[in-house]
Amino acid sequence: MPTATQITMVPVVVDNEKCIADKGCRTCIDVCPLDVLWIDEKTGKAHMRYDECWYCMPCEADCPTDAVTVNIPYLLR
Amino acid sequence: MTQLHDITIKDIDVLVIGGGTAGPMAAITAKEKDPKATVMLLEKANVKRSGAISMGMDGLNNAVIPGHATPEQYTKEITIANDGIVLQKGVLEYAERSFDMIQKLDKWGVYFQKDETGEYDVKKVHHLGTYVLPMPEGHNIKKILYRRLRRNRVEVENRYQAVRLLKDSEGIVSGCIAVGTRDAEVIVIRAKAVVLCTGAAGRIGLPASGYLYGTYENPTNCGDGHSMAYHVGAELSGLECYQINPLLKDYNGPACAYVTGPLGGYTANANGDRFIECDYWSGQMMMEFYNELQSGNGPVFLKLDHLAEETIQEIEQVLHTNERPSRGRFHDGRGNDYRTKMVEMHISEIGFCAGHSASGVWVNEKGETTVPGLYGAGDMASIPHSYMLGAFVYGEICGENAVTFASDRTVPQLDEEFILQERDRILAPLRRDDGIPPNQFEYKIRRLVNDYLQPPKITRKMDIGLQRLKDMQQDIPYLYARDPHELLRANEAQHVLDCALMAAQASMYRQESRWGLYHHYVDHPETNNEDWFCHVQLYKDEQEQMACKKRPVDPYVIELDEEEKTAYQRMRIQKVS
Ligand SMILES: Cc1cc2nc3c(=O)[nH]c(=O)nc-3n(C[C@H](O)[C@H](O)[C@H](O)COP(=O)(O)OP(=O)(O)OC[C@H]3O[C@@H](n4cnc5c(N)ncnc54)[C@H](O)[C@@H]3O)c2cc1C
Repeated sequence: MPTATQITMVPVVVDNEKCIADKGCRTCIDVCPLDVLWIDEKTGKAHMRYDECWYCMPCEADCPTDAVTVNIPYLLR
Repeated sequence: MTQLHDITIKDIDVLVIGGGTAGPMAAITAKEKDPKATVMLLEKANVKRSGAISMGMDGLNNAVIPGHATPEQYTKEITIANDGIVLQKGVLEYAERSFDMIQKLDKWGVYFQKDETGEYDVKKVHHLGTYVLPMPEGHNIKKILYRRLRRNRVEVENRYQAVRLLKDSEGIVSGCIAVGTRDAEVIVIRAKAVVLCTGAAGRIGLPASGYLYGTYENPTNCGDGHSMAYHVGAELSGLECYQINPLLKDYNGPACAYVTGPLGGYTANANGDRFIECDYWSGQMMMEFYNELQSGNGPVFLKLDHLAEETIQEIEQVLHTNERPSRGRFHDGRGNDYRTKMVEMHISEIGFCAGHSASGVWVNEKGETTVPGLYGAGDMASIPHSYMLGAFVYGEICGENAVTFASDRTVPQLDEEFILQERDRILAPLRRDDGIPPNQFEYKIRRLVNDYLQPPKITRKMDIGLQRLKDMQQDIPYLYARDPHELLRANEAQHVLDCALMAAQASMYRQESRWGLYHHYVDHPETNNEDWFCHVQLYKDEQEQMACKKRPVDPYVIELDEEEKTAYQRMRIQKVS
């Protein structure tokens, strides 16, 4: 049963200029109820790795540097 | 800590599974009652921000406060709203402890709205009584619970999904098997008593938007607890009494009878007319909502455009900052302004949730399930319409009783063969190189649920749906996960499938219509009290098959008069119909 990888636009956007995950911050990753925020291996910053969002906003509210924005998923907009 | 092959075994007195609302209260209470007992709170996400109240809450939907309501009145109202099928003792127990819980939370620092005289500012939303207490500062609630967990030294284990419950040779629950959501590590937590607080089963139906996670419930709550309870042999009850809610179209957040109602907002049809007497969520209310949607007067809207500017600002302040704060963003994107336009509403996907409806794992007024050593509280347990305060009260009840049960018990024996077999089953999707991705598997289940199981319920359709879902059980060995996160989704999807099967079986068993839209059975359109004034219990029978049976309704502790019994049947406003 072969598989393919499909592209999807994700609702949570992280501003790499502001994000301090590369300095060890894990706040947004810690608080996400769906565990969809991870470290991007390439940049060391946080990013949304899985399009499974309840747009509940702890990631945005708790971010110490205001780097996170939660958008409404495209299908709902 | 002991090992069983490569599996770590952790010993604990009381294990609480699910650290949302009921769970923290259960764990804190167990520790307060017996500080020497070891108590673990196991959470799939992170207790700091997990569950239905991850961002906070707008208010108490069901506060029984002296001077405004009595426990007897409340018990009557909930009995009537549930067409009589309730364990009244369970509802009354909640109602009697409700005010003490409010005072406890108040002391902990939760702010409830008070009037000029310092009294609780309770609002009327229900059909008969007055029970809604706003919490304009409701966004602090998780922080307050977290502080209490720390202070009482509850052991918190985040990012583990409990997958199966364990029992000893005497059939007493003895802990659980869990898997790390980030590393796929399988662990066993051996416990002398277990409290399930895993929330609603919110991923059974598919939201109309088609987005798998655009559910009413926090999608971490996907029915893990329902499935675990079923497999360990517990009875579930009222599953045919689905949860279906009136929500904003596409956003799937509460349209908020509770917040806007007391301020003058209401549910209207396309002409801007009210068509229901009462916006309190019930099956009867949802039936009228559904009828209006299907009629020439649809769709249905939340109407606020007649309100004064200050009132609208007050509503925005609450609705766009507390419980579901992304709601303001949704409205901005669509150019919706409460001042100028009514906002379109719709019917949610189906789910199991005792917090709002009456479906869940059967518990009595002590929070006991039908399996010894296993307790249940909150949205996953069967006490109807219990909402947030019910989750706290039953969390407290379960915490007390579980720690007492644990103190009388020695360390239970583990069934090693079962554990190893389960470990292999749980990890199987990771060991494949290709197969069915969990998201496709889940999408298909939930699409079938919408096609065949959501009301109006029709026997022939449910037959087909049940068969298709059973066929999908053959696909489980082909589930494929590329990483621990996808493994989490694969395990969840199997629980979603269990719940879908339960929804079908329970619905087909109850051959009558009841609870308005929740169990609107076209082949059996009338309510039939003669044969069906009973609970429907679903369980795993001796042949390991899903089965249903009747359970008589316990004699009422509070009698209803004839006039009251049908109050919820008179929802439709006379002049519009
Ligand atoms: C959008 C929304 C608005 C609401 N508004 C109100 C309101 O205004 N007033 C009111 O009184 N009530 C309201 N409610 C209802 C109220 O929030 C719930 O009834 C209550 O919070 C349920 O508590 P709970 O502990 O059962 O579930 P939750 O608080 O959801 O907790 C369940 C927890 O279990 C965890 N979990 C699930 N499965 C597993 C597993 N396998 N292993 C480990 N952990 C697991 C989850 O991650 C979650 O943290 C609302 C609910 C929603 C969804």
